[in-house]
Amino acid sequence: MLVPLDWLKEYVDFEADTDVFCERMILSGSNTEGIRRYGAGAKKIIVGKIISVEKHDDSDHLIVAKVDVGGVSPLQIVTGAPNVNAGDFVPVALVGGVLPGGVKIKKSKLRGVESEGMLCSASELGFEDKVIPVSHKDGIWILEKEYDVGADFIEAAGLRADVVDFEITPNRPDCLSIIGMARETSATFDGKLSYPNTKITGRHGNKAEDFVAVEVRRPELCLRYIARVITDVKIAQSPWWLKKKLMMSGMRPINNIVDITNYVMLEYGHPLHAFDVRTVEGGRIVVDTAVEGEKFTTLDGVERTMSADTLMIKDAVKAIGVAGVMGGLNSEIENDTRTILIECAAFKSDGIRLTARKLGLRTEASNRYEKGISPELSGEAVDRVCALVEQLGAGYVTEGAVDVYPERNARAADAFFTNQASKYAAVSVPRERIKLRIERVNKILGTSLGLAEAASYLRRLEMDVVPTEDTLDVLPPSVRLDIAGEEDLIEEIARIYGYGELAVTLHKGAAQAERSRSADLRDLARDILVAAGLSEIQTYSFVSPRGVDDLGVPATAKERRFVRLMNPLGDENSVMRTMLLPAMLETLGRNYARNNNRAAAFEIGNTFFDNGAGRLPEERIALSLGMYGGDADFFRLKGILEELFKRFGIKVSYEAERDAAAWHPGRCARVFAGDTPLCIFGEINPDAAERYGLDARCYAADIDMDGIVERADVTRYYTPLPRYPAVERDIALLVKDDVTVKRIEDVIRKAAGKLLEKVSLFDVYKGPQVAEGKKSAAFNLIYRSPERTLTDEEVGAEHNKMLSALENELGAVLRDS
Amino acid sequence: MQNTQLSAILNEAKAQLEKAVSRSETDEVRVKLLGKKGKLTEILRSMGSMSPDDRKKFGKSANEARAEIEGLLARKFEEVKAAEHALRFSAETVDVTEPGADIRIGVRHPITLTIDEISRIFMSMGFSVTEGPEVETVFNNFDALNAAPNHPSRELTDTFYITGDTLLRTQTSPVQIRTLMRRQPPIKVIAPGRCFRVDTADATHSPMFHQVEGLLVDEDVTMSDLKGALDSFAKRMFGADVRTRFRPHFFPFTEPSAEMDMSCFKCGGKGCRVCKGGGWIEILGCGMVHPNVLKVGGVDTERYTGFAFGMGVERIAMLRHGVDDIRLFYENDMRFIEQFK
Repeated sequence: MLVPLDWLKEYVDFEADTDVFCERMILSGSNTEGIRRYGAGAKKIIVGKIISVEKHDDSDHLIVAKVDVGGVSPLQIVTGAPNVNAGDFVPVALVGGVLPGGVKIKKSKLRGVESEGMLCSASELGFEDKVIPVSHKDGIWILEKEYDVGADFIEAAGLRADVVDFEITPNRPDCLSIIGMARETSATFDGKLSYPNTKITGRHGNKAEDFVAVEVRRPELCLRYIARVITDVKIAQSPWWLKKKLMMSGMRPINNIVDITNYVMLEYGHPLHAFDVRTVEGGRIVVDTAVEGEKFTTLDGVERTMSADTLMIKDAVKAIGVAGVMGGLNSEIENDTRTILIECAAFKSDGIRLTARKLGLRTEASNRYEKGISPELSGEAVDRVCALVEQLGAGYVTEGAVDVYPERNARAADAFFTNQASKYAAVSVPRERIKLRIERVNKILGTSLGLAEAASYLRRLEMDVVPTEDTLDVLPPSVRLDIAGEEDLIEEIARIYGYGELAVTLHKGAAQAERSRSADLRDLARDILVAAGLSEIQTYSFVSPRGVDDLGVPATAKERRFVRLMNPLGDENSVMRTMLLPAMLETLGRNYARNNNRAAAFEIGNTFFDNGAGRLPEERIALSLGMYGGDADFFRLKGILEELFKRFGIKVSYEAERDAAAWHPGRCARVFAGDTPLCIFGEINPDAAERYGLDARCYAADIDMDGIVERADVTRYYTPLPRYPAVERDIALLVKDDVTVKRIEDVIRKAAGKLLEKVSLFDVYKGPQVAEGKKSAAFNLIYRSPERTLTDEEVGAEHNKMLSALENELGAVLRDS
Repeated sequence: MQNTQLSAILNEAKAQLEKAVSRSETDEVRVKLLGKKGKLTEILRSMGSMSPDDRKKFGKSANEARAEIEGLLARKFEEVKAAEHALRFSAETVDVTEPGADIRIGVRHPITLTIDEISRIFMSMGFSVTEGPEVETVFNNFDALNAAPNHPSRELTDTFYITGDTLLRTQTSPVQIRTLMRRQPPIKVIAPGRCFRVDTADATHSPMFHQVEGLLVDEDVTMSDLKGALDSFAKRMFGADVRTRFRPHFFPFTEPSAEMDMSCFKCGGKGCRVCKGGGWIEILGCGMVHPNVLKVGGVDTERYTGFAFGMGVERIAMLRHGVDDIRLFYENDMRFIEQFK
């Protein structure tokens, strides 16, 4: 919401420079998004009058102007703008002058012709293109009124002005207006608030109802509809003071009537619309919904298709406007318009929001209606339009208004508008007063405010406050649609009192900080993996459904029980992930594509499985590992997993997996805890890797982290250190290639008896030194007794028993013996 | 006669040790003179044939000689050992500016690191850490949090829906509801987690991001307590000299509501690139829990009051580490992630 401070000051007394003003407004709840300082830094920009215009001898598009700037002799200025003529008043930046924004003007030559300054466009003087009147949108700013030649233009036109851009939260539509911001300013600075003139002289003889009748067929969508009629309209340009306010508020001036309706919308926050009465057939306004599929061309010239729930403004035979969004091209104000109907209606916010969304059309009007317009404001706003029409001499206001207010109830007057002495006050709908307990105020805020002080803050916000013994009986202004209960009033008190004035204390309640076992164990997993050289990644929870296809996940697998988004950003983010592996490979692929010669990563995160209609999905925490380059290989990955399972105290077994689609059939394993699979890992199949742009051997693991958490035992019991020496024996066994290390170890453990403390593989060899189809596996065996020092004979007996078992059961023979 | 022999051996010992340059040469001298077949040993052995008187006299001299030689040997050993070490040290000298061995430990993701830090601070103030699901009910994410039925944030253009009743949570605030429905006050929790909003990814937007939610409900909780807890958080997260300010704002589930700004930790509030010249940086949203929200959990709103807050983790991580593009967090380029080691 752009608020020109000069405009604001017309309604509220306060003394503060712009920075202090912003600071105090921010702290009372009106956050700012920026300050536009028109005219800042501008120097030597003066009013000039064009004496003559000639074509540049050496250019088709340049012209040479002689400009009277009040000096002894006129200046010669070259310009490319086509819209200047002799007699025009224009802003001229003199040599040595500075444009707002800092551009310095120097004497220059354009195609051989000297130019002693610059004729300025409105855009060069700081206005956005979208607010510049169409008449000089693409050229030099031709001033409509005669200024003194040679006068400082910035001063003369009032262009040294600050405009504050306020961020208005969605609960405060009342602040989408100058008066709303004046009310906030008044409360902040405790300055006097005054309202615009809404007094209408009127011209007797004509009555509004002689021109128009109004029928609201959808009272649930239109709370109130007021029509006033103006005759003898003279369409013209608005005066500069009005244009300037519109432009600085972000709106383009069009003509006096449209400008006045926009002006009042900015002033009161209440949208209005003007129809040419010639186009309102049958003298009837009918507020009704459209026919599904009905075509209608809005003011911007676009033909749009309406839905059955779109509220339209119609006449006796046709639609003439989309209610609350935009008028129709067919009822637009033209230069020869003589009689107009001013519509000031309170449409329901939901309907307008829906319509604006369906049409993809958001306007200043729809934006305000969407957030809520109090029907109590409509009478004030339409009268203000009429008063301005009279002030500008733009037409004659007919007597009375056609006011359809279905909810109207004459029982009680609205305190707020009673204060304004509005003739519409008599028809306001009564609202409930709110009881505020002072004890509750202090309980919430930690303050010790008295009744009178609390009341004073509310009164500064134009609330009607009646104190009783220990409560305040409060009626907020009708435009404060956000205030519904005691807690809302407490906030109002707090922000005017000042959040900064509240004490800074620490709550004294005792509490013990806890965290779930799952969170602790995930943290432990991170520690282990980081120590193992892996770095953590985080990828989107929503993924492409193609990920499971790329990895050849079977059609019946749980990983295809997708939770699908209704409105995804795109197919690549359309389902919730059921496994982390696709994103891991994508990440490795991205790193590979960026020439990172190695990567080792892990991710811990939720996976999601559809649980059927009416239930939230199952969310299960998974862990993925992935690596390529450097020392990445199958056994390094397996080593990391072994450390992980060891730290979590989970006994696991490894089984070769030869049929999993995404994996190298000879380098893939499943890890089981008992019968439960916890993990699949290995080398990624080169075909799968290729789909992720990975032209390197890539190793990965897909782990059920929740499965680990469920089984983890991280408590530790100490085993006494050995008191007697060990006897070590190394053996190298020659076995058939398909005999696994696990089988050999199983036989060794079974046969060796309890003196064998540890068996560990230290080498596997295949190659020219051993026969085809065989391999050599070398183990280190440690024998030890907890009770005595072992003799060679004792160990020898156990050892030989074991060797014969190996030979009998596996055909294993000692190598080199 | 024997005395002459002894002095000869002594002289020989001196002469040979003079020449020795290593521990092995020194040891050779020892063997030659004092070993089993060494010269002095032989002489001592021959003492058996002497008269008791002579034996006594000679024995004394011989032992003196032996002691002297042993002394010489010990000194020589020390000397050559020192010389050998000196030689070895010079031969083994390394260039300490060469890089160390390739020890690679990994690093946690910067978002995890930031959540860790936030959690540590609040846990030290007695807040427990809890979590909630990423797929939530519309009730928990909006209705129970007092969001108006027509609030724009509910629209398909803002929120990812799974069905008409379920969605990807747009904030961690539904964990407030879950906590309030599960237990009675006193409640003192924070809830970190992922959130989702319909936003196309660019330098400052991400359709997925993280928040940390906080909730304290107990007897006598005031807005002053809210200020105290969050001011303390800001000082510990960004430095003891940052100042905070609280500005009125709007959230449907708190009343009064506030946003907390922090004086810029880079420039101290003078205005710089980090704070976009304003001197203040917006850090989080907070407020006193709306009675309507407490009522969802059946809390007696007359007896208990509470405050809640929520902060964007990415925003805090970006501020702390000077990261200028939120997408970097989810691209997972190892050159980015590993900068947080």
